[in-house]
Amino acid sequence: MQCPKCHAAMHTYNRNGVQIEQCSGCRGIFLDYGELEALTRLESQWTQPAPPPPPAAYPAQPAPPAWGAPHGGHGHGGHYGRRGFGRMLFSS
Amino acid sequence: MDTAETGPDPAGVSGALARAARTAVHGGGACGCAPGTVGPLADRDDGTVVRHGGLVAKAHAPGTAPGPHAARLALAGHPDLAGIFLPPVPGVRPEPLDGRPVTLWPYGPPVDPEDPGAAPWEEAARLLALLHRTPPPDGPEGLPAMRAPAKAALAVERMRRTAPGHPAAGTVLAAWRTVPPDPGTRAYLCHGDFHLGQLVRDFRGSWRLIDIDDAGVGDPAWDLARPAAWFAAGLLPPEVWARFLDAYRAAGGPAAGADPWERLDLPARALTVQTAALALAKSTAERRALDEVETVMIDTCARIADSRTVPAPAASP
Repeated sequence: MQCPKCHAAMHTYNRNGVQIEQCSGCRGIFLDYGELEALTRLESQWTQPAPPPPPAAYPAQPAPPAWGAPHGGHGHGGHYGRRGFGRMLFSS
Repeated sequence: MDTAETGPDPAGVSGALARAARTAVHGGGACGCAPGTVGPLADRDDGTVVRHGGLVAKAHAPGTAPGPHAARLALAGHPDLAGIFLPPVPGVRPEPLDGRPVTLWPYGPPVDPEDPGAAPWEEAARLLALLHRTPPPDGPEGLPAMRAPAKAALAVERMRRTAPGHPAAGTVLAAWRTVPPDPGTRAYLCHGDFHLGQLVRDFRGSWRLIDIDDAGVGDPAWDLARPAAWFAAGLLPPEVWARFLDAYRAAGGPAAGADPWERLDLPARALTVQTAALALAKSTAERRALDEVETVMIDTCARIADSRTVPAPAASP
């Protein structure tokens, strides 16, 4: 199936028994008749937050080890691509 | 990679190496190579490398043992490893220089160090997975151990020798005490010193692994340990680590299960310590302060030391 917006391929995911299609290009989601209602119903039955959306490119952020730097805004990812970090990536 | 700014010392190893490379390309004939394609690529403790047009000559480190070196060189040229390691130029055996073995390789463009964002992480992971999945061609007996654990220990030793009074040395040693000795499995082929400087494109434009000096049999988790350590330190963005890890798993790599840290925790701690120890040794030799990235590695050593008590020695071997 092709995305009606950007014409990339759409992939089918199953969320709590509801089939939804997500575009591999623009990440837009296509719902069949009744699926939105089904998802809303599931959500209302669920006391916890709604299930996560279908996977983006990297669904779960990988976890660091126990001694790892706290990620999620507190890491030093800003070094990546900088000259000093480049030096470290390229040497023994 | 330390690229020399000046030409090779004509009387030294690099000068002799430059002449050997020229002879390999042109024999006694005239050289018409473009100036930018002739010159030194690296001159470090662990090897001197010069380029001449389409060829690269390397004088391996002083003290390189001939037997293990020959086994490693044969590995890079083995048909089972075609498509993984860049093979040496076949049929040529240059004379050693000052007792250092010399090898000849096709020149291949490296990853651009100014643009780590363009680095081929997936392809690197795939090459490592393929290497780890390849059975040692003639059994593990004929191959030396890969040297990653030894290099970590040597880095700590160098720091102890050259920067014992550095204010951060105690932190690095405290982290090192949490790293138990590598049990020394000999099941898998390993690169032994993987980082982004160990990839070049071959004549087809495909990425290949280079540098055989630390290759051998061992625990493949050590080949993932450097990117794992950078990620753990917060230096490598999670999405880049995820790309690397996913590509390694997709290619059937054996060293990263559902919880990758089961295998990677120990070698990633060791590589963090190694990087921090070399930072102290180098910054002390250069009489400079630690830079921002080096400081991050020391901070990570502090967290390693805090997160673990010293493991009890194994009850049995």
